[in-house]
Amino acid sequence: MLIYTLRRLAFGVILFVLVSLITFWLLSFSFDDAVTARLGPAASPETTAALMRELGLDRPVMLQYFDWLAHVVQGDLGKSFFTGEPVASAVPARMGVTLSIVVPALLISVAISVILGVTAAARGGVVDKVVQGMMLFGYLVPNLLVAIFFVVLFAIQLHLLPATGFTPFSKDPAAWARSVTIPIIALVVAGAANISNQIRGAMIDELRRDYVRTLRTRGISPMSIVIRHALRNAAGPALTVFGFEFITMFGGALIIEQVFALPGYGIYSFNSALENDFPVILGLTVFGVFLTVGVNLVTDLANGWLNPKARIH
Amino acid sequence: MQRLLRDPQALITGGLLLLITFAGLLAPVLSQHDPNQASLEAVNVAMGSPGHPIGGDANGRDIFARLLASINTAAISAIICSSIALVLGTVGGLIGGYFDKFRNASEWAFTLIMTFPGLLVLILLTPITRGDFRFTMAMFGVLLSPSIYRIVRNLTVAVSRELYVDAAKVSGLTNFRILARHVLSVVRGPIIVAAAFMFGSAISVQSGLAFLGLGSKETPSFGAMIAEGFRNFYISPLQYLWPALALGVINGALVLFGNALRDVLEGARPKPAPIVSKAAVDAARFDGLKPSGAALVDVRDLGVAYRMSQDEQKEVVRGVSFSVEPGETLGLVGESGSGKTQTAFAILGVLPAEAIVTRGSIVLDGNQVIGAKEREMRVLRGASVAYIPQEPMSNLDPVYTVGSQLVEGMRASTSESRGAAKARALDLLRRVGIADPERTFRSYPHQISGGMAQRVLIAGAIASKPRLLIADEPTTALDVTVQAEILDLLRDLQAEFGMGLLLVTHNFGVVADICDRVAVMRQGELVEIGNVEEIFSSPQHEYTKSLLDSILDEETVRKDPPVATVAGRAS
Repeated sequence: MLIYTLRRLAFGVILFVLVSLITFWLLSFSFDDAVTARLGPAASPETTAALMRELGLDRPVMLQYFDWLAHVVQGDLGKSFFTGEPVASAVPARMGVTLSIVVPALLISVAISVILGVTAAARGGVVDKVVQGMMLFGYLVPNLLVAIFFVVLFAIQLHLLPATGFTPFSKDPAAWARSVTIPIIALVVAGAANISNQIRGAMIDELRRDYVRTLRTRGISPMSIVIRHALRNAAGPALTVFGFEFITMFGGALIIEQVFALPGYGIYSFNSALENDFPVILGLTVFGVFLTVGVNLVTDLANGWLNPKARIH
Repeated sequence: MQRLLRDPQALITGGLLLLITFAGLLAPVLSQHDPNQASLEAVNVAMGSPGHPIGGDANGRDIFARLLASINTAAISAIICSSIALVLGTVGGLIGGYFDKFRNASEWAFTLIMTFPGLLVLILLTPITRGDFRFTMAMFGVLLSPSIYRIVRNLTVAVSRELYVDAAKVSGLTNFRILARHVLSVVRGPIIVAAAFMFGSAISVQSGLAFLGLGSKETPSFGAMIAEGFRNFYISPLQYLWPALALGVINGALVLFGNALRDVLEGARPKPAPIVSKAAVDAARFDGLKPSGAALVDVRDLGVAYRMSQDEQKEVVRGVSFSVEPGETLGLVGESGSGKTQTAFAILGVLPAEAIVTRGSIVLDGNQVIGAKEREMRVLRGASVAYIPQEPMSNLDPVYTVGSQLVEGMRASTSESRGAAKARALDLLRRVGIADPERTFRSYPHQISGGMAQRVLIAGAIASKPRLLIADEPTTALDVTVQAEILDLLRDLQAEFGMGLLLVTHNFGVVADICDRVAVMRQGELVEIGNVEEIFSSPQHEYTKSLLDSILDEETVRKDPPVATVAGRAS
């Protein structure tokens, strides 16, 4: 188990380096645009060249990359071109806000999905049809529309929840809860639809297996078979889906943040992209990749724990 | 293709999508204004105004024209994104799946693509896309390709292992032709379905990005319109409604179309039918009132059918009757497809959900099985009847140890404590001939051999001392040497516990070895039943004769021409 973990970690590090390298290289094509943007169209070529030298953007790309990487390894992600804020502290703060919506949304989605998916697969019939209908609804309506719909309903019409704005948990937990409720609901609707579909499919497949029939012939109760056996077997593939869904939700959150004016990862990415603020963009990429690799690692490990056969790989 | 046209869901949603696409293509004809043309008198103008059927937006542009233009944007996004994802993923999947030496490289490449954090990347790479949505959608296509890759790779690997591909290679077909002909045809269906869902994703993502304001202002899109409508909500709420409705309808139609495609191309799951028809239950209940003597199980006129289509059903068990007395072994013999396993499942009450019991009665240990509730059957299973399956490995849960599964089965029928059950389980493992019970108890199914697994399953079956044991081809999946041992084991256990044994098999050698009586089944019917000696020495039915004749014997050289059996083979 330990070797398995270490191998996965090493794998993750290599992926991280490759992704950051490719992103750096792609962005390098617009380094000069950033400089011109900052200086304005009237800048003379000398000023432009001077600024580029000052920011270190005139060196060969690979050199710049390794320089940046060396700093990253030491924990220094540079400073924003525009605000001068150290990236290493600014980005995690924003990440925290986004995660405070995504993580609860994922947990709630998983809880709802397990209940819906397992029930639909095990019961079949009318219950199954109803659940499928609910899933379809979740699929049909894009995140965006759900978010706006809820804002209109809860904030504008009913005045129950704030339409925009975010209160940090540390300042006032109750206000925090109110400010994240609608964003979380918006994410859950789509997330639960997807996850419950996967779980339902996985459970239906699992319940058709031979060992389920043999367990029945031993007189074991259907509830026990569904939850202790089928669910545990279906959990492996399901976990992989959770991982993907987390990343997708993270993406969805970026848009939701715009609607609700939440100072999270999304808005920060959006602004820095428009302003060509490269240290911030790269810093966001670094944390984004950490997240992706981390989530994949966790699902792999959990899969290994759940399914003894998977550990051989 | 014809099936697609006949499916109402596919027809309606597909037709709707076609209509919308054409509306977009005909935009210059259908609308009177350029989507980006702003005029002061059209600012926030209401629906139905002259020249502006759906009104004008805050910048004085015609909403109808913008809607139509947005359709085109959406269509282009979907096409660019999906084509790139499909081409990249399919080529990668075909190569990685078929050629072993390239698999590592392709796995790495696509895992790398998957590690890019999705939407974030699209936003962060705006500096190089400069807001051109086509470039962004191309990148999204690259990001989506791993999912296509995985589908294609899995299918390619599976197909390349099929024997017909080996045959094709041997007969000289180049790899390219094999890939094109055999693999692509299998892979086609799932890819088309995936493409439908990708269209939806692409359109949603492009809308989302446009909503955020990352696209060029020149490009009309649903996202941009929704953003503007949102800003203008208090002034003119309808401006938000139209693009939202359009996006929702398109998205919904794509999802539903994708689902319909999937059902048609990959086959819908069989819809479960009620297990028993009411007439059968009533008849059975009446039958069960008659005393059935001392027989452990009394099967009368059993009929089991499966639904073939809306109106027809096919009977796989047609009026079978037999009984098993305590202490005797009845062999249920027949070729594959004769219905013997279905009969066994019917007795146990574990027929699949699609099966229908059409008639008959099964009285097991004094209880009527047909129409019995699951609760009642659970009481019977374990103590009255137990089952030894044919394939040992697939009948053990892979994520639990062998021992814990044994104990669980035991505690379902008796009220033992875990400790007592464990002790008894170890005893049973020893009894069925496993050399190191402790080790086997702790092992997972994939850590033991097939022969050991079969013994474990036998142990599990006899653990609750059942009165009737049903063994379904218990030796077919095993080596010849192990077969004999297993049969001896069954015979000893039967003598020791006084069980009745129903042995389902296609092997007359096994029948001759341990059965007292034999029942021969063909195509769902019982054609002959009697004592083993009588059946072997003087079979009455033509089919029985031909079955016995076809047992190969070293001394006999076949002189008759290769006629299979009496007319009407079971298939």
